[in-house]
Amino acid sequence: MQSLLMWHVLTHFCYIFNHKPCFSYKKLQRRRESSAHTMSNSDQTGNESEMYVMHEICSSVKNMKQLDFSVLVRRANQIKEELKQGVKKPYRELIDVSWGDPHRTGVKPLSFVRQVLAGCLYPQLLESNRLKVDVRQRAQRLLETCAGGSVGSYSDTAGLTQTLKKVSEFITRRDGGVPSHPDSIYISPGSQWSLTNILNILVNPEASPKTGVLVPAPSHCVTTQSILGLGAEVLPYYLTEEQGWALQVEELQRAFDSAKGVCKPFALYIINPGNPAGGVQSRKSMQEVIKFVSEKKLFLLADEVYQECVYGENVEFLSYKRVLAEMGPPLSETVELASFHSASKGLIGECGLRTGYVELVNLDPSVLKLLDNLFSTNSCAPVLGQLTLDLMINPPQPGDPSYPLFYEETQRIRTTLIQNVRQVFEVVNSLPGFSCQPVEGGVFAFPRVYIPPKAIQKAKEVGMEPDTFYCVRLLEETGVLARPGSEFGQKDGTHHIRFCIMTPQHIMEELLRRLSIFHTKFMKEFS
Amino acid sequence: MCANPPPPHTHTHTHCKYSMIFSFSRDNGTKMSQDQQAVNGVSCVSKVLTLDTMNPNVRRVEYAVRGPIVQRAVQIERELREGVKKPFTEVIKANIGDAHAMGQKPITFFRQVLALCSYPDLLEDNKFPEDAKKRARRILDACGGHSIGAYSASQGIECIRQDVARYIERRDGGIPSSPDNIYLSTGASDAIVTILKLLVCGEGRDRTGVMISIPQYPLYSAALADLAAVQISYYLDEENCWSLNVEELRRALKEAKQYCKPRVLCIINPGNPTGQVQSRQCIEDVIRFAKEEHLFLMADEVYQDNVYADGCKFHSFKKVLFEMGPEFSSTVEMASFHSTSKCYMGECGFRGGYMEVINMDPQVKAQLTKLVSVRLCPPVPGQALLELVVNPPQPDEPSYSTFMKERTAVLAALGEKARLTEETFNSVPGITCNPVQGAMYTFPCISLPQKAIDKAKEEGLIPDMFYCMKLLEEEGICLVPGSGFGQKEGTFHFRMTILPPTEKLKVVLQKIRDFHLRFTQEFS
Repeated sequence: MQSLLMWHVLTHFCYIFNHKPCFSYKKLQRRRESSAHTMSNSDQTGNESEMYVMHEICSSVKNMKQLDFSVLVRRANQIKEELKQGVKKPYRELIDVSWGDPHRTGVKPLSFVRQVLAGCLYPQLLESNRLKVDVRQRAQRLLETCAGGSVGSYSDTAGLTQTLKKVSEFITRRDGGVPSHPDSIYISPGSQWSLTNILNILVNPEASPKTGVLVPAPSHCVTTQSILGLGAEVLPYYLTEEQGWALQVEELQRAFDSAKGVCKPFALYIINPGNPAGGVQSRKSMQEVIKFVSEKKLFLLADEVYQECVYGENVEFLSYKRVLAEMGPPLSETVELASFHSASKGLIGECGLRTGYVELVNLDPSVLKLLDNLFSTNSCAPVLGQLTLDLMINPPQPGDPSYPLFYEETQRIRTTLIQNVRQVFEVVNSLPGFSCQPVEGGVFAFPRVYIPPKAIQKAKEVGMEPDTFYCVRLLEETGVLARPGSEFGQKDGTHHIRFCIMTPQHIMEELLRRLSIFHTKFMKEFS
Repeated sequence: MCANPPPPHTHTHTHCKYSMIFSFSRDNGTKMSQDQQAVNGVSCVSKVLTLDTMNPNVRRVEYAVRGPIVQRAVQIERELREGVKKPFTEVIKANIGDAHAMGQKPITFFRQVLALCSYPDLLEDNKFPEDAKKRARRILDACGGHSIGAYSASQGIECIRQDVARYIERRDGGIPSSPDNIYLSTGASDAIVTILKLLVCGEGRDRTGVMISIPQYPLYSAALADLAAVQISYYLDEENCWSLNVEELRRALKEAKQYCKPRVLCIINPGNPTGQVQSRQCIEDVIRFAKEEHLFLMADEVYQDNVYADGCKFHSFKKVLFEMGPEFSSTVEMASFHSTSKCYMGECGFRGGYMEVINMDPQVKAQLTKLVSVRLCPPVPGQALLELVVNPPQPDEPSYSTFMKERTAVLAALGEKARLTEETFNSVPGITCNPVQGAMYTFPCISLPQKAIDKAKEEGLIPDMFYCMKLLEEEGICLVPGSGFGQKEGTFHFRMTILPPTEKLKVVLQKIRDFHLRFTQEFS
């Protein structure tokens, strides 16, 4: 029964992955799925599509990769629905660790943050004793920074004046006194939004040769999509897996040289701490990068959204801005840098509120002015999210009524994370055919999986990347939704999976249990 | 290459141990300090990203609603706080459609549900009505990990898209709507830019042309500049209450065909900044035109609940399209946009919105889905708010009567202010104003004396910018000059929101009246 179901699912996937599936699959698919309404949209088009006005679309959008992951998500949603309807499966709940999204995996929001937000949303709450006094005071103060005292009003383009000021103070504190100015900061609906705006100003879509951006492999795939969507060229530089995903300048040089005849490198994108690879850069490595971008005249994009998530012993997060400033002139006055942070990550983990910011260093003021116009077309970042950012960087202090609970909650998350990191490392490395580098930072494990040749063959037959095939089977058989390494970029011939490690402990234990059983079975099946 | 020759480079301007250069842009308006010129000068020699190397399209992006006049207003507010003496004590920002900033109170029910979603422990309280709790539970159940802090699907939360579809069906008298065609967005502007991004392609004479009204909402011109699309302007007829004339569409299209490939027609109904509401007949004509000319229709309908004038009614493009029969309803491609920022709730800060796409090539829809995934997802509180807007309290629910009372009060006050504004402006010699049939703005025509026009030129300003700046400096009222929206050559306008509370609006109107008379006299 199960193998029949498996086959059914694989034909379904195969069908979606191959634009021209073989006839028998298609017919079978139609018959089987006609009642389930799961046919992909792309199926319904015939040759009439040329009649559409929209038939012809922006070529750089077409260049964006159609991610296999969307198919996995669709199937995961179906499974969720099936479970709800009581369909028997070998598991009762889906574990979705495909995003760096702690709340989704069951981590609870921080009470203080949500209490203050509730007070801001419904100020009548501030009139009773339902919420603690420091919560009410904080909500009151935040509301006073909003136009008309409402989170429903717009803020200035760059963000609420008060919040911008606090962000700059936070950065100065974080960076050991390196000054930061509110006017160099833009708050946006997520750090990815800021990044897209900066990329937009960097990338001249009509340039010939095209603009090139050096991007790590593996890398956050959304950024790669943004770069392609803006009409630039992605120049991958490979991180060295065997050395804990370290970044090597020789590899940057190789990637830079690979641009010859293809595009003109203009910017270097760094993710530190890494995503999906969990490395944390040392000061020395960062200094090398800074010298490299200065020498090659590259704009430096530093994605530092996981700065709060650092676990390794003797490992600490240093911001690019700090390292740059401490290198002194001339570098500190010339290297142009955009540094990104977010309220989606870290212990607060409020992804759904969509708030991040960018700080710009050493930018040409006349360019910054034009960037202001670009940000202004979206009016402003969600105000509730801006207040969340404010709370993230100004948590309750010892002595505040909310402090004990806040301390307890954040400690619990931190302890769990450290335990999870250790457990993942031990369990995954104990499985034959798996190897996992130590996770020093970030919220993902990105272990390498050695997929047997027979499984690779099978994956080819159904038109999938081998690690996508692995993830499909993992999802189908154990209800665990992870992401295939092929989405993030990996050395040819290697395969990985990515999953979020910021989960409650019992979820991580269950996940590792399911993964272990599945993996053993999978290796046996294809041995 | 450099506007200013680089002065000798010194480090003396850094008064701390770190020498790092900050680029100040926001507060100093157009004037730059000596220091910054130095910074700028140095930059020309060594910067990677300069005016010459950056994306040239971005240089053309302008957004008047948040343009220089607003920057000056922010500066004046700061000066007032610092105790600088002015002929007024506060700046009234009537430049932007921001109801809450003008003192409008949020709808109680909406905020109750959102507070419950934010801090679900409150669900145990007996202070909240049951229907609010029920809605909050439903929303939380649809969120990953029952938290509004989890990412949603890029297209938006499924059950909210279903409710949006049902809402559209009710609005349009039963014409079916599919959740698959609904994309939730970060405010309507995000969705508008996304569709334009998809549509704009081609080179040279094949470059996509996009028809937009003049006057228009500057988001359109800004997005077109950014995308290097060709803007095709069609003029609204000010003498006929800013109505849209299909003959004018034909004229604009015919001209444009000589230098680009027109593919898109944008309509804002009810109008922004012009406040007109399109008649059903006019919408039919536009649809016929779009079909004949094979144009993609973008219907910006964010003010659909803001209709005040007697005899005016909002007709959605989709409804009219479907009532015209299958010949049209199965062929004309369209996207319609809506938002949580306007209407009676005016919750701009949440950045909620949606679009419905109709007759879109399924392959393109797949591309659209891919494109929106780069944004990860729209803000979840904004999605939750949208859920409440499309699924408000029902007559048998405890919150219904309060909700209706609040909703009616806001819309009635807006109607009253629309009339008041029109009447007052039309009583001022030199100002003529069309009725504000809908939306939230008035866009009166102002006659400026030749001497004022000359003076403006001397100062290097567009005459209506000169007028608005002077008004801001003298009366503390912030408006947006008509030139930011586009206007027939030789005519001048400004846009003002009708959102200030009635008593305050009266004061604002009086001040503008006095200013205008004074201005006319000064330059006559």
